Amino acid sequence: MNYLELKGLSARIMRQNHPLLRSVSLALAPGEVRGLVGESGAGKSMIGKAVLGILPKAVELTGGEIWLDGQDLQRLSARDRRHRIGQSCALIPQDPLTALNPSRRIAPQITDRLVDILGWERARAVTRAEELLHEVRIEDPARVMRAYPHELSGGMRQRILIASAFAAEPKLIVADEPTTALDVTVQKQILKLIKDMQARHGTAILFVTHDLGVVSKVCNRLSVLYGGMVVEDNDIDSFFAGPRHPYSRALLAATPKYTDPGASLTPVPDSVIAGVRGEIEAFDQRQAHV
Amino acid sequence: MSEDLYRAEGLRLSLPDLNRKPLWGPAPRNEILKGLDFSIRRGEILGIVGGSGSGKSTLGRCLVRLLQPTGGRVLFDGQDITHLDDAALRPLRRRFQMIFQDPMSSLNPRHRVGQLIAAPLHLHGVQDVRARVAEALDLVGFPQEMASRYPHEMSGGQRQRVGIARAIALRPDFILADEIVSGLDVSSQAQVLNLLERLVKDLGLTLAFISHDLSVIRRLCSRIMVLYQGEIVEESETAALFAAPRAAYTRELLDAIPLPDPQQVWA
Repeated sequence: MNYLELKGLSARIMRQNHPLLRSVSLALAPGEVRGLVGESGAGKSMIGKAVLGILPKAVELTGGEIWLDGQDLQRLSARDRRHRIGQSCALIPQDPLTALNPSRRIAPQITDRLVDILGWERARAVTRAEELLHEVRIEDPARVMRAYPHELSGGMRQRILIASAFAAEPKLIVADEPTTALDVTVQKQILKLIKDMQARHGTAILFVTHDLGVVSKVCNRLSVLYGGMVVEDNDIDSFFAGPRHPYSRALLAATPKYTDPGASLTPVPDSVIAGVRGEIEAFDQRQAHV
Repeated sequence: MSEDLYRAEGLRLSLPDLNRKPLWGPAPRNEILKGLDFSIRRGEILGIVGGSGSGKSTLGRCLVRLLQPTGGRVLFDGQDITHLDDAALRPLRRRFQMIFQDPMSSLNPRHRVGQLIAAPLHLHGVQDVRARVAEALDLVGFPQEMASRYPHEMSGGQRQRVGIARAIALRPDFILADEIVSGLDVSSQAQVLNLLERLVKDLGLTLAFISHDLSVIRRLCSRIMVLYQGEIVEESETAALFAAPRAAYTRELLDAIPLPDPQQVWA
């Protein structure tokens, strides 16, 4: 059974007829990693936020269902929904500096969630946090627990957020461009770490990124998005062997490959954009007639 | 006229490390650039690569004299600019321009694109600002209507093109581009890089392009300099570097790039 399932999820900016998500459907089995790929503004982060119930105030869901572990989240009261999401889901955010409170030490920022939402004893939470820091290969967990965020490097901060995301053994993690702010060598370490932790804990991950190179390293499946619409849903091997949708093909062609000396940098061609825009218009017209 | 636009001889920069400052006395100095020797030839695109903390941005800032080196010399077009004061630098500044990493924080959100491009022209007392702004918009492929837009009304790639327009409006000899595509998605990256490549050719610019991403650099740069902890560990022509990287650190950088290929083994 799928752990997470989105059925025709649509969203728009409040009171404006400007759709952000157009009937997005996707499923995530337990322990599966699905990449959400697209250019900026394609709505990939919006999907993650909708799942976690942290959409910006100005965005409203206009249709569709979010099923989490066999439960339609929309049918729950706001309080129950928050509780359910808080117990079983976690987020690895993009920017580790803004995600950590600069005026608090690391320890409470990891343990608060365990104590407040899961009702653990503080001492048990601290032990668990140290274990996790060890697991994400931080050399001296005890020192790092006492440190403030500004004393740590970007890679260290991202490790801490990964540790904290896995802390409560979530079933689902939304990783929102977790390595975009890091340089390539650190990115490699962090991706391997996420993959490693994911395999060990059997967590399902929604992996938001614009980098198809990253997708090919960590995901089993991917959804390619344009204009809030899923244009292709495919497994990794068949996607990289030959994407089905012309837009996905163009996106793959635009991804730079350093191994190919003749590789040109080709932006997604206007004709492809026009094609996919046409599909979106057709979709919007169908919606208007329903 | 010599062939080199820039020459750096034993370039050093250190800053006081206030984290380790004792109660009395001066703070110990943190060496960021440890004696670099290199030159940038006229009309070339030099790639400066390195991980975070390697000193690549600091080096860039020394070239455009936003930082004053603490040792060695920087020669721009034969003239020693290492310790020139602000007044002496001002007439030179229009000849070396910079494009910043984050267009959202380097473009004033309350100014329209036209004003943003015109501001440095006014500062340098250029005649006929209007025509120069129109020309700059043209060069980066914007229609003239763009001049009345605000930065928040544009996409990331478009904002970065405003940064480029602002730099080239002064008709500089040299442009420093510091990680200008790292925040963009692949399609906008390709657009910005293609634009930059064309402008360098058409306007006869010299460009230093700082990045941590070697796959971006391969296409654009003719020569690459790899920095590691404030030292140059490798400097060679682009093709040679990719064919046979000499430094272990260069190898490591190359291996860390995730290729869009699930078969790639990532040791």
